[in-house]
Amino acid sequence: MLILRTWQLGIKSLLLHPMRSALTVLGIFIGVASVIWLLAIGEGISKEAQRQIEDLGAENIIVRSIKPPDESGANFRSIQAFGLTRAEHKLLSTTIKTVESVLPIRELPTKFAYTGNPNAKPIDGRLVGCTPEYAEVTRLEVARGHFLTDREIISKGGVCVIAANLASKLFPSEDPLNKLMYLPEKKEFYKIVGVLKHRNATAAIGGSLASQDFSLDVYIPITTMQARVGDTEVKRTGGSFSVKEFELSQCTIRVGDVDDVPRTAKLVEATLRKDDPDRQDIAVVVPFELLEQAKATRLMFMMFMGLIAAISLIVGGIGIMNIMLATVTERTREIGIRRALGGKRSDITRQFLVETISLSVVGGLTGILGGLLCPVTVEAARWLIREGAPAMYANLPEVAKVMSPEIVPISIPVAFIISVFVGVIFGLYPAMRAAQMDPIEALRHE
Amino acid sequence: MSSIPTVKSNDQTAETNGQNVLAARVRELQKHYVLKSETVRALRGVSFDVPEGDYVAIMGASGSGKSTLLNLLGCLDRPTSGSFVLGGDDVATMTDDELSQIRASRIGFVFQSYNLIAQLTVVENIEVPLYYMGQLNAESRKRCKQLAAMVGLGDRLDHRPTQLSGGQQQRVAIARSLVNDPYFMLADEATGNLDSVTTDEILALFQMLNDQGRTIIMVTHEDEVSEHAKRMIRLKDGEIQIDKRIENRKTFPPEVIKKISMGTD
Repeated sequence: MLILRTWQLGIKSLLLHPMRSALTVLGIFIGVASVIWLLAIGEGISKEAQRQIEDLGAENIIVRSIKPPDESGANFRSIQAFGLTRAEHKLLSTTIKTVESVLPIRELPTKFAYTGNPNAKPIDGRLVGCTPEYAEVTRLEVARGHFLTDREIISKGGVCVIAANLASKLFPSEDPLNKLMYLPEKKEFYKIVGVLKHRNATAAIGGSLASQDFSLDVYIPITTMQARVGDTEVKRTGGSFSVKEFELSQCTIRVGDVDDVPRTAKLVEATLRKDDPDRQDIAVVVPFELLEQAKATRLMFMMFMGLIAAISLIVGGIGIMNIMLATVTERTREIGIRRALGGKRSDITRQFLVETISLSVVGGLTGILGGLLCPVTVEAARWLIREGAPAMYANLPEVAKVMSPEIVPISIPVAFIISVFVGVIFGLYPAMRAAQMDPIEALRHE
Repeated sequence: MSSIPTVKSNDQTAETNGQNVLAARVRELQKHYVLKSETVRALRGVSFDVPEGDYVAIMGASGSGKSTLLNLLGCLDRPTSGSFVLGGDDVATMTDDELSQIRASRIGFVFQSYNLIAQLTVVENIEVPLYYMGQLNAESRKRCKQLAAMVGLGDRLDHRPTQLSGGQQQRVAIARSLVNDPYFMLADEATGNLDSVTTDEILALFQMLNDQGRTIIMVTHEDEVSEHAKRMIRLKDGEIQIDKRIENRKTFPPEVIKKISMGTD
């Protein structure tokens, strides 16, 4: 009864200044909600990063060819071949014991058209020369037909497998299987033998690996690519043209045991750089190491986010203290009356503490509700930007497009306990100050 | 009109001063304040008894020690020396918490500026001392309503102080001062903020309560107010100058007293 009365009284006093109380609650609301938000977003981002790294395969080592910066005055006579060669591919797959297999990959941006619809504007896409294993390593799934087969590799067949998005663009109303695909720049035809399921793009990792968008890919046997397309690439744009010559854009090295990955990576580096230690046209990416790093970074990241959230909670707490100090001064007279009518110091302390705790608990509970809305809100914001400002959406970093916040369950009780704690800590000083007042002085206060 | 029991039976220190039981006994009360290097002797040994049922007006010019005595009688402060016995206990040596307990259970305050708590209703204001005594229950709520009715505010139980006139607020304060069934009521310039008509209403209420056996100690500087008391103590320079029974005491006729509980405003 008495305790009930104390709380009732506290809430009544707070409702005497609804605006002031609401603003104070807002401080804690923001603090608690931001704890949950920041942790949820942090968790979402690190999970996403981890997923992307895992997509690359922890047991893989990726070697990319990198085009050196254009030298001015480059012409046909001074073409420099760069990147991985087929000889190196062979070397890697035969000399290192722990290497299970090496997948050669060659990528080329090209335009695609459908022969049945010659008037349509060709679509920009990417021609990828690869082997059957590629589907497994990059986790591509076939929706219809089949992926490239070993026989097609050996026979250098004129066949291709296309990605879902490209299929729906080129064949809006037809079945793409067994149709002929036309490459206007190469004057080549390929028969479509398979259509893939949709696959999410991977994000760029650590600067050494560009993001890969698989949605507009056409896969052909690597052998066919060598035979029909060759190694030299001439691109005319406007009045100028550029030439580049490379044999392979990437080698994905599969290692049998994950434990052997770091050691194998060193051997691969040593093999490729044996003639020129400063070789700039290749990059070795080890997803396994990135994964380990990501796990370590994740902890730091969460701590950092927690710190920011803690600061906002402290700011909220200072807000409470500020208001309560003002309230105590304003209610000096009331304190005097209560003391004269028999209130002990502890009664006064309790009364003011009840008020600050009420404020912070209301802030905490609404803050938790606000925090739980995080995934929905992020989704809504993303939708709004996508629909309202597509240009801006296109410029968003990849992680912002795919990341979904994940509420860390522990953050809810933690946020709540912290909010109560903040109420007590920041309410204690004003409450004790109120209690220490001399009743005679307080009664005389105007 | 409700009757509220007033007789204290456990007063062991009651001196057989006449035939009355004592509500309060003050002996050689001194209070010194230290201001910078100077010691101000606000009270220099004050002694008097207040028998139960007495109606005392304490008077004196400013600086006479009137307020200091009031604070001591109200247990808001502790004397430098001397004793103040209230219901068998010497409160001069009590701790802060014990004094709070005494204020809640044995003293009924009435202030010049009413001092009601703004966020509480009439009934809740009357309940405050009980809240600090830890005696809130359905029965006490009934009693608070009775007291409100007695001072003529039975129909305004759920009003806030700001919705009441000065006289009505003071009557709520009087009802509050009675809720703990105190040894004495301590009124500090209780009519100081009121016009002459309302002053008379409050004084009539005091007279009614005193007639019912309540002990009242009233601090005032107005002669017209003190003339309604039975006894006058005048302080000067921290000492009692005059302590006398008032002859030709002014009283209100019975028909005025009867009107009180009927909500005159």
